[in-house]
Amino acid sequence: MSILIKDLKYTYMPKTPFEKTAIHDISLEIQKGEFVAVIGHTGSGKSTLLQHLNGLLLPTEGEVFIDGEKITKKNLSEIRRKVGFVFQYPEHQLFEDTVYKDIAFALKRFKLSDEEIDAKVRKAANTVGLDEALFESSVFDLSGGEKRRVAICGVLVSDPSYLLLDEPASGLDGKGRRDMLALLKKLNSEGVTIVLISHSMDDVAEVADRIILINEGTVALDGTPGEVFSKEELLASMSLDVPEVTKLFNDFSKRSGIPLPTVTTALQGREIIRMLINEGRLVL
Amino acid sequence: MKISLGRFVPGNSLFHKADPRTKIIWTVAMMVLVLMCRNYVEYAVAAVFVIASFVASKVSFKFILQSLKPILVLLIFTSLFNFLFYRGENVAFMMWSKPIYWESIAMSIKTVVRVVLLIISASLLTYTSSAVSITDGLESLMRPLGVIKVPVHEIAMMMSIALRFIPTFADETDKIIKAQAARGAEFDSRNVIKKVKSYIPVLIPLFIAAFKSAEDMSTAMESRCYRGGKGRTRFKVLRFSSADIVITVATVLFAASIIVLHIFIK
Repeated sequence: MSILIKDLKYTYMPKTPFEKTAIHDISLEIQKGEFVAVIGHTGSGKSTLLQHLNGLLLPTEGEVFIDGEKITKKNLSEIRRKVGFVFQYPEHQLFEDTVYKDIAFALKRFKLSDEEIDAKVRKAANTVGLDEALFESSVFDLSGGEKRRVAICGVLVSDPSYLLLDEPASGLDGKGRRDMLALLKKLNSEGVTIVLISHSMDDVAEVADRIILINEGTVALDGTPGEVFSKEELLASMSLDVPEVTKLFNDFSKRSGIPLPTVTTALQGREIIRMLINEGRLVL
Repeated sequence: MKISLGRFVPGNSLFHKADPRTKIIWTVAMMVLVLMCRNYVEYAVAAVFVIASFVASKVSFKFILQSLKPILVLLIFTSLFNFLFYRGENVAFMMWSKPIYWESIAMSIKTVVRVVLLIISASLLTYTSSAVSITDGLESLMRPLGVIKVPVHEIAMMMSIALRFIPTFADETDKIIKAQAARGAEFDSRNVIKKVKSYIPVLIPLFIAAFKSAEDMSTAMESRCYRGGKGRTRFKVLRFSSADIVITVATVLFAASIIVLHIFIK
C-alpha cells in the first residue's frame, strides 16, 4: 500500500512556443503512514508533482500508482476519494450558502443516507476543531482561520487515506499555523499518509519524517530532515534555507568547537543542551 | 484555456516592432483592399502581399492554420453554396442533372480566397501585438472622438483592464476547477442541465474572486492618484519607427497596384 511514481515527466502546453517541461525523471515511493514534505524554490515543479498524485494532472510520460492501481482517466473518481487534496488558500473554493452544506459537498455524490452524511460531517468537523454552532452560518461570514478549517473539513469528510496539501499554513497567523501543524500530525498518527508542500523549513522540520527536495523539475535530495538539512550549502545553492534552529546550532558548534549532529527542531536542540549540561561540557 | 484566434505570440519581427496604430490601420486597409479584389490577378497580388507579410511577421504556419480552424465550416458552406447555386452562362459539366457553371466554380474559389486572406490579415494584428498595445493604439486613434464627448480614455482603460484580467481569471478558474474536482466535483456529465449545475461550484468562487480583485484594483488605482485621462502622460509613448515606414510604404505600393489593376483590368 503506497504511492508509487515511475519515471514521471510532465510538459505544459506541448508543441507550442509556450512548451515547458515542469518535471522529469521522477521515481519515488511513498509508504503508507509516512509524513512527507516536498520542498523546492518557486517554479521548481513541486505543485506539478503533487497534482499528479491524485490525477489532477496526468503524466506526459511515466506512471503513478496508488495502492497498486495505476491512475488513468477512468478511475479518477475512486482515486480522488482515496487521495484528498487541499489547495493553497483552500477557503477560495467555498461556495455553498452554509458551512454544513459546503462540508457535505463531496459526500453528496456518494449516495449516502442523510444520517451517514451527518455523522461524517460531524466527525470531520470534530477532527479539525470546528465549532458545530457554525454549521448553519454562511461561509462568507467566517474568519480566515475558520474558513480554512471548513475547507479542509470538506476534504477530510470523505475519509481519504492519503492527504496532499499545498502550503496549508500560508497566510495564517501564529496560532493558526500551530493548530494546522498539530492537526496534520494528529491525522498522520491516525494513519493518514501526508504529503505537503511548504516553504517554511521550520514547519517542515517540525512535522515531516521525510523530505523530498525538488530542484529544476527533478528530485535533488530525499531523506530525513536531519540528512537534508545537514547540506546547508547545497540548499543555499538552490536558494533554500535551513531551519532557524539548525543555523543556530551550526553556529554554536562552530564557535564552541563542540561537534554536534544536525539539529532540526527546537525539541532536539533542547535535548542536546540538556545533554551537554549533564556532561559538564556546557556551563550556564 | 484554448484561445487560438487573438493570441499574442511574442517575437522580434518587423511586425512585432511596428507601432500598433500602423498595424490597426494596416488591418483596416487590408480588409478594404481584399474586398475590392474582383479578378484572379488582383487576388494573386493580394495573396502574395498577405503571404509576404506573414513571412515578415515570423509567426509560425501552424498558428495560421489554428486561426482558420474556427471558420472552416463557414468556408465549406459558402463555397459549396456558391458552387451549387451561382448562375453563370458557360456550363462546365452536369451534376445530378443540374448544370454547374464555370462562373460558379470561379466564384467559390474567390470566396474562399477572400475569407482566408481577411482572416489571416486580421489574425496577424493579434498575433504580433499584445492586447495592451492594441488598446493603446485604439485609444490613440480614437482620440479625435473626444471632441464629441466620447470618454475615449475610460473606454480604453476598461478594455485594457478586462484584457489584463483574462489570463488571471483563466488561471483562477483552472485552480478552482481542480480544487472542486479534488473534492469530488465532476464536470463531464452528458446531461446539459447537470453539466451547467456542476459549474456552480466554480462560478461562485470565481465571481467572489472577481469582485475582490475589482475592489483591490480600484483601491490600488486610487492610492496611486488615478483620476481619469485628463492630463495623463504615458510611460510607453507610441512612436513611428523604421518598421512602420517599411510597412506603410509596402502597403501603399500594394494599394496602388490593386487600384491600378482595378482600373485597367475589366
